[in-house]
Amino acid sequence: MPTMETHAISSELIREVAFELNRRAAIGIPKDVGDSIADMAERETQKLSKFVLLEIVNNYKVAVDEQRPMCADTGLPRFYAKIGNDAAIEGGFVALERSVRQGTADATERVPLRPNRVHPITRHDYNNNVGIHAPTVDYSWEPDVDWIELTSFHKGGLFGGDYRMLFPTDGIDGIKRFFLDVISEFFKRGLSCQPAIVGIGIGGTKDTCVRLAKEAACLRVVGDRNPDPEIGKLEEDLNDLGRRTSLGPMGFKGEGAVMDTHIEVAYTHTGGMPISIHHQCFALRRATARIHPDGRVEYRENPLWFTDYYRRDSVA
Amino acid sequence: MSGTADLEMKEHHLTTPATAEDLAKLELGDVVYFDGLVFTGRIGLYKKLFDEKAPPPVDIASLTNVTFHCSPAVGKNEAGEWEVAAVTATASFRFEKHLPLLLDGHGVRCVIGKGGMAQQFYEDHFKRLGAVFLNTVGYGIGAQYGRGITGVRDVYWLDELGIAQAMWVFEVKDFGPFLVECDARGNSLYQMALAETNVELGKLYEGLPLPTLKRMGEVHNPEDEVF
Ligand code: SF4
Repeated sequence: MPTMETHAISSELIREVAFELNRRAAIGIPKDVGDSIADMAERETQKLSKFVLLEIVNNYKVAVDEQRPMCADTGLPRFYAKIGNDAAIEGGFVALERSVRQGTADATERVPLRPNRVHPITRHDYNNNVGIHAPTVDYSWEPDVDWIELTSFHKGGLFGGDYRMLFPTDGIDGIKRFFLDVISEFFKRGLSCQPAIVGIGIGGTKDTCVRLAKEAACLRVVGDRNPDPEIGKLEEDLNDLGRRTSLGPMGFKGEGAVMDTHIEVAYTHTGGMPISIHHQCFALRRATARIHPDGRVEYRENPLWFTDYYRRDSVA
Repeated sequence: MSGTADLEMKEHHLTTPATAEDLAKLELGDVVYFDGLVFTGRIGLYKKLFDEKAPPPVDIASLTNVTFHCSPAVGKNEAGEWEVAAVTATASFRFEKHLPLLLDGHGVRCVIGKGGMAQQFYEDHFKRLGAVFLNTVGYGIGAQYGRGITGVRDVYWLDELGIAQAMWVFEVKDFGPFLVECDARGNSLYQMALAETNVELGKLYEGLPLPTLKRMGEVHNPEDEVF
């Protein structure tokens, strides 16, 4: 393509978009999550749980009306980048990563975000949410397009994640039991800050499995079903199981506190069935933008991270 | 024992320092708001006060008897004053080691936090002193709590401990809502709640086999807790 140079996406634009995505993520609640919690609040019959849900709904409103962070744990900002196969970036991927880091440092100072990123041992803090492997940028690719997409996600919470090596003999019951174990561990006393989206990664290797669980929790909207009918059905069965635990918001008795369950799978070792679960709290902060080579930027709420290509199972 | 469905959830507006009579009136599940002063503290402050035995930067007992396990999302406004945009609690069970020192040594009688603490801990320390533990709601309703903070009276050890761990003294008005988790008699709302939810949870485990590969210390009993 001879015009490649002139159509490269500007790194200055990427920096601006990275800033703006951090700003949007920090304050507004995506509609799918806001609606889901409002629905739960309306349906809930137990008074403690209902009280908590109504306060959560009210808090979203206060955050937007007064431009306050919805939760003071403004989380760890991170990025997901989907790169069109025909896209070109001015300065290449190194420039993209620099722009994303700069956009995050800018946002920390000017939104502001709480400087949450510290060195794990010395606890040193640059006060800008930037450091070693921070913010992380995860990549996926998309054929036949020339845009790039960035999703900013501010990940709060220290609780609500776990991993287990299951075996084929453990089967669906093994998955259900693990689903219940993690709820039992982290919904009691509300440590997951539920209502939560439960992301589940099944298969792959340990690292892939954990990564998929987090992506499933963070990058699919409430109500989205996995296109594989069998997996979609399992998502619904687990939603039902979540309701029947009676563990509501803060762990009080209620109609459950699973906003939705999202499962992603990866082909795995013939002998095993690794599984990982991730609970995403109700302070869900994300925003996505598509950046075109002509400089147009389209912002939206749905990351649309799991494309057919990303989930492909063939050689092609 | 009565259940959470029977709780009255009465609303109280208390002025700090909260009196012993104020606290004795609070019942499990009641909803509390504060006017006055509240100070923050978590591990950074406790290490300094109790492990390093640094002299407290201020006479805590003369300020207030309400503390909050949290760190704020805070910035400076154009006039150079601190403004607290939001504040959210951090899990309190990690502070078992130091909290009795704060209660006994500095007159603290209301602890605001997240997740509550163990029943035994309430019996050993809260009951004896007539102190209460209040849970934030949600927990992540930080914007609402931020709105209740009208000003920053002072901040201590900011340079050494950083924003998240420093000791902040907030001026508050209609600061809440907080839920009474442990009353002045050492009763716990979570003990009541767990008794209810464990029944339902237990039923769902029936017929589900243990995983093939166990891990040392892994939770298999749905009645266990992670701390
Ligand atoms: S888990 Fe979520 S809601 Fe809870 S404190 Fe952390 S960011 Fe806030």
